[in-house]
Amino acid sequence: MSAMTKPDLSLWSCPLPLRDYPSIVLGHGGGGQLTSELIEHIFVPAFRNTTLETMADSSVLPAPAGRLAFSTDSYVVQPLFFPGGSIGDLAVYGTVNDLAMSGATPLYLSAGFILEEGFPLSHLAAIVDRMAVAARAAGVQIVTGDTKVVEKGHGDGCYINTAGIGVVPDGLHIGPALARPGDVVIVSGTIGDHGMAIMSVREGLEFETVIQSDTAALNSLVASLLPFAPHLHVLRDPTRGGLASSLLEIAGQSRVGIVLNECSVPVLPDVQAACDLLGMDPLYVPNEGKLVAIVDPLVAESVLARMREHEHGHRAAIIGTVTEQHVGMLAAKTAIGGTRIIPLQIGEQIPRIC
Amino acid sequence: MKYLDEFRDGELARRLAREIQQTATRRWAIMEVCGGQTHSIVRNGLDQLLEDAVEMIHGPGCPVCVTPLELIDKALAIASQPGVIFCSFGDMLRVPGSTKDLFRIKAEGGDVRVVYSPLDALQIARQNPDRQVVFFGIGFETTAPANAMAVHQAKLQQVSNFSMLVSHVLVPPAIEAIMNSPSCRVQAFLAAGHVCSVMGYWQYYPLVERYRVPIVITGFEPLDLLEGIRRTVQLLEAGTPQVENAYERAVSFEGNQAAQKLLSEVFEVEDRNWRGIGEIPRSGWKLRDAYRDFDAEHRFSVSDIRTQESSFCRSGEVLQGNLKPNECAGFGHECTPRHPLGATMVSTEGACAAYYNYGRFVAVDSIR
Repeated sequence: MSAMTKPDLSLWSCPLPLRDYPSIVLGHGGGGQLTSELIEHIFVPAFRNTTLETMADSSVLPAPAGRLAFSTDSYVVQPLFFPGGSIGDLAVYGTVNDLAMSGATPLYLSAGFILEEGFPLSHLAAIVDRMAVAARAAGVQIVTGDTKVVEKGHGDGCYINTAGIGVVPDGLHIGPALARPGDVVIVSGTIGDHGMAIMSVREGLEFETVIQSDTAALNSLVASLLPFAPHLHVLRDPTRGGLASSLLEIAGQSRVGIVLNECSVPVLPDVQAACDLLGMDPLYVPNEGKLVAIVDPLVAESVLARMREHEHGHRAAIIGTVTEQHVGMLAAKTAIGGTRIIPLQIGEQIPRIC
Repeated sequence: MKYLDEFRDGELARRLAREIQQTATRRWAIMEVCGGQTHSIVRNGLDQLLEDAVEMIHGPGCPVCVTPLELIDKALAIASQPGVIFCSFGDMLRVPGSTKDLFRIKAEGGDVRVVYSPLDALQIARQNPDRQVVFFGIGFETTAPANAMAVHQAKLQQVSNFSMLVSHVLVPPAIEAIMNSPSCRVQAFLAAGHVCSVMGYWQYYPLVERYRVPIVITGFEPLDLLEGIRRTVQLLEAGTPQVENAYERAVSFEGNQAAQKLLSEVFEVEDRNWRGIGEIPRSGWKLRDAYRDFDAEHRFSVSDIRTQESSFCRSGEVLQGNLKPNECAGFGHECTPRHPLGATMVSTEGACAAYYNYGRFVAVDSIR
């Protein structure tokens, strides 16, 4: 691993000394003193908020006006630290973004940790620290949590589950079944960054420059687009399965076809080169800080301009249109003027032999 | 990697395509031999772009596709043995054997790993001296030098826990077999640029002489392919079968001599079975006797595994260019990328999978 992928522990200091265990032991999940110490010395100082500090069995929260959005996701990424982020960033941003794609303002998260016996406490602290930073960046509070420890060999260091609650204003309707023929497809930036960042570290592939994950909270970008409702029909963050899978899901749920203009899809040259090397298609590579917006053509240019003003939307681009033809399918005009159909992958993309 | 952009230029591509269409006085049947070229042709929609001028026939050049079922069964038998670390290129994992694939073996507890180079597998062997590490060495002449190097180094460094399951296949005998087939419709070949970068293109002159077909050495980017097709159509129109090199930036007449020297030291030519095609004389490489200790087939005593190919699957006819994938009764029904009957549906480079994935079975007129 390069220096960039190791956790930066230089700024972390334990507020109180933990017992003499430099790493997780089964007792940390046992509900006794060790568990309490973990909560008091690692989780509470990092996530500090009054709800969490009540240490009750459940957190009691004020009911906001509007409708609730509720989402959960589990994070099992390897390696735990990678260029541009960590499992901690993903665990916060991933759930925040899922909430934001319904037009919700994310408010509260839960965090459940499954730790493997022997996992270094310093790594846990670094992950928790990244989660705290991410939660502040996204403007959400981590208000409840849980820790379990599994025997050595039964986990991969650290798994995290987060669930989140957000609030959707009454009258706002954004969803994957709402794309209409004639709509315009906009992506908020370059695709494939996260997947290739992970791949390059995981497989020990070395490229001329380090590809950085794009992991980021998208709720403020979404908030800046909400004034365009009701012309904002669909928002999606193309994570697993990449842009292609997200668009295919939308095409299926909205009973429409989608046509991509392949040469308009922004891809960083390094990401494209890495994909070419491995025989992969950036359209299927996961993203963690990008969104796809499907909007009425009336507002397409304005939405694009608004996105480009935002720090997470500088490289936004109009990449396609929605059609009533070839329902449920994603078609592409290729860069050289040919056409192709982009299918749903069966599983993960597999590097090709030559 | 900046140099690639110039070979994907849309305007130049359209200009070349127009030239090909203007040159062709009839529709020519051209076979691209290499699976990587098939992938690029379909992914970029080149076949549609040139539909009136040429019919592209997808040849047997996907190494995953032509690896015999029997060898996959041998691989599965080795990979499921305790203590074995079985290393393979990624797309081999999903190729079905008689009853399961390597993904299943992995899920059942087998230690199956995807590597990007046989030298990675050799490194794993060095790091795990108490385990048997096997590399699935398949491919055409392109992947052969790295495989030869891995075995050569294993012998030199006495990495005795490393071995290789070898199924190398060779392009020129395959072209010969296709031309000898009585139902052959192929009028010209695009030879695979990567194979030629290793082997040169001197081997193709006797084939052109004997079968009177143009063979043009061609690369993989859209403009490389269009240029290869353009030159092929010119030769066909002029009625002058020749070897031409349209991939000069990577391929020389002699090829990579150092690689060829290593190849002839490690491998020797043998008759080999091709999935769907059958045995082609002198069309494969196996490890020489001097490297027998590193032959996984020998080490794991799997030589007696015998498997018959599925009779329903017509991948052999597809591989020989006698059948379009969507003309097969099973295509899209019994046989899909999810439940492949034959290997041409398994690999993304396989002709059937390329047809299925890129929608050559549905009308896409609406997006033209």
